[in-house]
Amino acid sequence: MGSYFGDIFYGGKSLLIGMGITFKEFFKPVVTVPYPYQTLPMSAKFRGHIELLADAEGKAKCVVCGMCERACPSGCITLGSISVEIEVDGKVKKKKVLSRYDLDFTKCSLCGQCVESCGFDAIEFSKEYNLASTRKEDFHFNLLQRLEDRKA
Amino acid sequence: MSLTLLNVIVAVVIAIGFAAVNAAYLVWAERRGAGRIQRRPGPNINGPLGLLQPPLDGIKLMTKQIMIPGGADKILFMVAPVLAMAPAIMSFVTIPFSQGIAAHNMEIGVLMIFAFASLGAMAILFAGWGSRNKYSVMASVRAVSQNISYEIPMLITAITVVMMNGSMDLKTISEAQAGGFWHWNIFPSLQSPLMPISFIIFFICSLAETNRAPFDLGEAESELVAGFHTEYGSMGFGLFFMGEYANIVIGASLTTILFFGGWDCPFGLFPGVWWFLLKIYLLIATFIWIRWTFPRTTIYGLLNLSWKILIPISLFNLLLTAGLLKVF
Repeated sequence: MGSYFGDIFYGGKSLLIGMGITFKEFFKPVVTVPYPYQTLPMSAKFRGHIELLADAEGKAKCVVCGMCERACPSGCITLGSISVEIEVDGKVKKKKVLSRYDLDFTKCSLCGQCVESCGFDAIEFSKEYNLASTRKEDFHFNLLQRLEDRKA
Repeated sequence: MSLTLLNVIVAVVIAIGFAAVNAAYLVWAERRGAGRIQRRPGPNINGPLGLLQPPLDGIKLMTKQIMIPGGADKILFMVAPVLAMAPAIMSFVTIPFSQGIAAHNMEIGVLMIFAFASLGAMAILFAGWGSRNKYSVMASVRAVSQNISYEIPMLITAITVVMMNGSMDLKTISEAQAGGFWHWNIFPSLQSPLMPISFIIFFICSLAETNRAPFDLGEAESELVAGFHTEYGSMGFGLFFMGEYANIVIGASLTTILFFGGWDCPFGLFPGVWWFLLKIYLLIATFIWIRWTFPRTTIYGLLNLSWKILIPISLFNLLLTAGLLKVF
């Protein structure tokens, strides 16, 4: 009999404590962000799809060594290059220049091998997370084009 | 009051309007309250403070097609939502909001409200059975056993109050408690020292009768999809939803009349309908607060609470009050 009333007493007490907690929470400020209208900055380690980086002149830093293409376990990256002739100290030299950097994001698992293997710090993870589409072609990125667009 | 046709029409329109507006905006209040308790804003896009959300939800529900699942019992399926909403509106007829505001005062108002409240269980049973869905049937079986076991302590508590006031007329009960909070039924008196406990029992029972969390076993989403209204879409679901909130208003009104003196002011100032509304909305706020605090109970815990705790204590209180009424 003692435990019968004891149970009721302690049960009721625990319910009141719980209601006290929610009562206090009710008056605390809201912690959420109204998402489409307001966004939070992504953390430094966030991995979006990769993006080319530009040097001081606004050209892609990439030297087309092909390390990222080889490092990618899923084969997402396709590189293309053209030779251009430039003058260095009065002599005409040939130089490889990036003509194409295609990323097939549908296959990418964001492992980061490409960024890891790049010896020239030419690619980085973007902070883009608003990626949604009904067509997979929308996830085939032309990174060189995106670099040009960002400059403009 | 003579029941002319005009009187009836006005009373019905007001009752339906009051029930519908309350149902719509209590959903809003519930969502806002839930949001605040969980530290998020709740609906805030449509209109200032999200106040346009209920009418928009209503339009959305009303413009959807009513789907009747194959093999369902069509008549029961269509009758159930109406049966959930109609008794709730009917109960408004006899509730006195103040001295002069009552659609039709009855001498047996308490009995009438309990009679209509028990029809709610029928609606749930029809919905569950008519849907031809195993989850719905299970949910309705649970909800009916719950409603029956909680009606007993609720009625016993109501009988205690009726005995103290010597009347089943809601207006007479309210008037008997006039003149400050120490006259209210919840205040322990010589005749009935356990009234605060009676009030808690009545409040728990009205939570369970309206199928609200933590007693919402009839629509336990985590185990029974959506319970008895799994198969309902469009306004069928809307009617169940509105019926639930109308029942909450009825429960709060009844609690106010039986225990908190109806439209009486706690300090004897300006008695009137505003005190009644203030009291019922405070009670409804507590309903919402409780819902977002406690997790759902198990069916065993629920039935044990009723049969092992609420019924014995309310019976004891009834006998004690009966004895003390004879003595004093």
